[in-house]
Amino acid sequence: MNVLHEWAFIGVFAILAPVFPALPIVIARLFRPRKPNALKSSTYECGVETIGDTWVQFRVQYYIYGLIFLVFDVEMVFLFPWAAAYNEMSLFGFVAGFLFIFLLTDALFYAWKKNALDWK
Amino acid sequence: MELNAVTIGFAVFTIFTLGGGFGVVTTRNLFQGTIWLMVSLFGVAGYFILLSAPFLAAVQILVYIGAIAILITFAVMLTRSVTRIKVRYIRLLPSFIGSLLVFLILLFGITVPIFGGQLPEAAPQTVASTRDLGAALVSEHGYVVPFMLASVLLTGAMIGAIFIARDEKA
Amino acid sequence: MDNLCTGLCTLLLDGGFDAGLAQFLSLLVGVLLVSGVPLITVILLIWVERKVAARIQDRIGPNRVGPIGLLQTLADMIKLLSKEDITPTSADRLLYNAAPLVSFASVVLIWAVIPFTPFHYGVDLEIGALYFVAIASFGTLAIMVAGWASNNKYALLGAFRVVALLVSYEVPLVFALLAPVMLAGSMSLLDIVNAQSGMWFVILSPLAFVIFYVSSQAETGRAPFDLIEAESELVAGFNIEYSGMKFGMFFAAEFLHVFTNGILMAILFFGGWMGPLYYESPLIAFAWLGAKGGLIYLTTLWLRNTVPRLRIDQIMAFNWKCLVPLSIANIVAVSLALKVLQELDLAPRQLIGAGIGEMLPTTVVMLLINGAIGLYLLGILRRRGQEARREFQAASQAYAAAPAD
Repeated sequence: MNVLHEWAFIGVFAILAPVFPALPIVIARLFRPRKPNALKSSTYECGVETIGDTWVQFRVQYYIYGLIFLVFDVEMVFLFPWAAAYNEMSLFGFVAGFLFIFLLTDALFYAWKKNALDWK
Repeated sequence: MELNAVTIGFAVFTIFTLGGGFGVVTTRNLFQGTIWLMVSLFGVAGYFILLSAPFLAAVQILVYIGAIAILITFAVMLTRSVTRIKVRYIRLLPSFIGSLLVFLILLFGITVPIFGGQLPEAAPQTVASTRDLGAALVSEHGYVVPFMLASVLLTGAMIGAIFIARDEKA
Repeated sequence: MDNLCTGLCTLLLDGGFDAGLAQFLSLLVGVLLVSGVPLITVILLIWVERKVAARIQDRIGPNRVGPIGLLQTLADMIKLLSKEDITPTSADRLLYNAAPLVSFASVVLIWAVIPFTPFHYGVDLEIGALYFVAIASFGTLAIMVAGWASNNKYALLGAFRVVALLVSYEVPLVFALLAPVMLAGSMSLLDIVNAQSGMWFVILSPLAFVIFYVSSQAETGRAPFDLIEAESELVAGFNIEYSGMKFGMFFAAEFLHVFTNGILMAILFFGGWMGPLYYESPLIAFAWLGAKGGLIYLTTLWLRNTVPRLRIDQIMAFNWKCLVPLSIANIVAVSLALKVLQELDLAPRQLIGAGIGEMLPTTVVMLLINGAIGLYLLGILRRRGQEARREFQAASQAYAAAPAD
């Protein structure tokens, strides 16, 4: 039950954490003026009238970075327990972790050689 | 059913999971759909905590909210103007029956083979630490083969993704 | 704060409260105490930030409101409170309003696991190190949501660039984080601090600290990685459409995040509360942590105010082609060296509680290895720099020699 007690603390914290910034925003309602008009509530963008749709097509490079990041993210997830168990690990397990890192380094090397890491 | 922290937590996370799922299927905006999906997956992370598996909860948040949400958004933004999908799907009844069937199949497909059709008496009381998990992952008596396979899979995924997504002109 | 909570809990139980209610109330008090630290610090931080920036730029900075301008933030808050809060009609109202809250909350939540002293902390999670990385991903999502919900081209562009930067720099950050986890053999921040009783991790693994420092500078969107505030090309970035207190929340979150990172680095690499006489009183321990974190925080401010902004392609190239390989090499080197030393019985099997004497051979070997990798890297970087300069000179000469159209 002790583990859950810790997480109950995190839970209460997580409920309160958005309340802290919400409080001043709500309190501000009492003081601030409210005079919206059509021009004021229009999209500001850069000062001039907006042209066309906001939904512009983004370049594929964002997606490639996202993919590479995802692969590394999942790798890190596997490496954290490995690192935490470091002190009581056998040599076998140690080498297994190394092989794991090596394979992923391979993937990074491939991406590098294919120029997938360049911001084009 | 007594009212304690676990029950309250379970109720809250169920609302998150189901509400998020409901949001995903009802919204017609892809970006909002992504956010609803993350709400749903956040609820699943909460279940992991209630099951005393905080490591999996952290992984759930790190991988899904930290990476998959961003990847989905990047993918959505590769397309053009799909915010306003005009098509309405009104076949509510068939889809309702279909999803109910899938749910029942999953429910019995999982519980019957494992628990023999009965609900388990109580969850096992031993709680494995992350250190045990790490040791089991790389021990020769444990899960070292899946561990290495995961590495090969990740490498393969990355190479495949780059091969497909890379710009031919470059 | 755990012992305080249980103490309060028994007190309430004696007072005739219901068990569940007593537990909840004591949790609530604990949460308020822990969260009070960041919430009070952030008010001071805004003043520090402005004062330091002003001094570096040879200005005076806030000096009118209160003694040496200390009450400036309060005045600013009153001003922000009285500002009209404009929500563009084309914005996605729910997501637009939620983004600043999530942004701020994601930073405050990190403080739940920060050990202030050996006995005063919110919680000591078994997965502490992973917890704050996971929580930080909410901040990334908040920026994305803010950019999208504003329904503004520049906000969306800015948000996307920032998010691409944030996720990229998360890779070296987490790889660098593996080093303290590995050395301590635990993810709990309390264990990580205790494992530094013999030797601080910044000396055992200086490269990991440098990587962590650089990538956390990027994670907070500070110069030279301040794409988050690209006023010259994107008007402002993801927060253009925000006004009043909501705009203020994004900035409060950023200021607090920088300081939080300073404290985290003090815990992960500089021995947290460790220092002369820390065991005498929790106050001394707390002061040590604050002093170390504060110093690191000041160096980040110094860096922020002295270096120019890099282009996005340079930032990305630096991350993927320098920091990520370096962080992988660092992990391999640290783990290999420590394992070999442990097999040779030169390093203690368990760093928690190890004395400084036991740690000496490890320290020397680790320093040598880190120095070798560092020097090798510097050599590569210098060569790359020379090449780039030569290319640039050749290009500019060709440009000057070419006949004007």
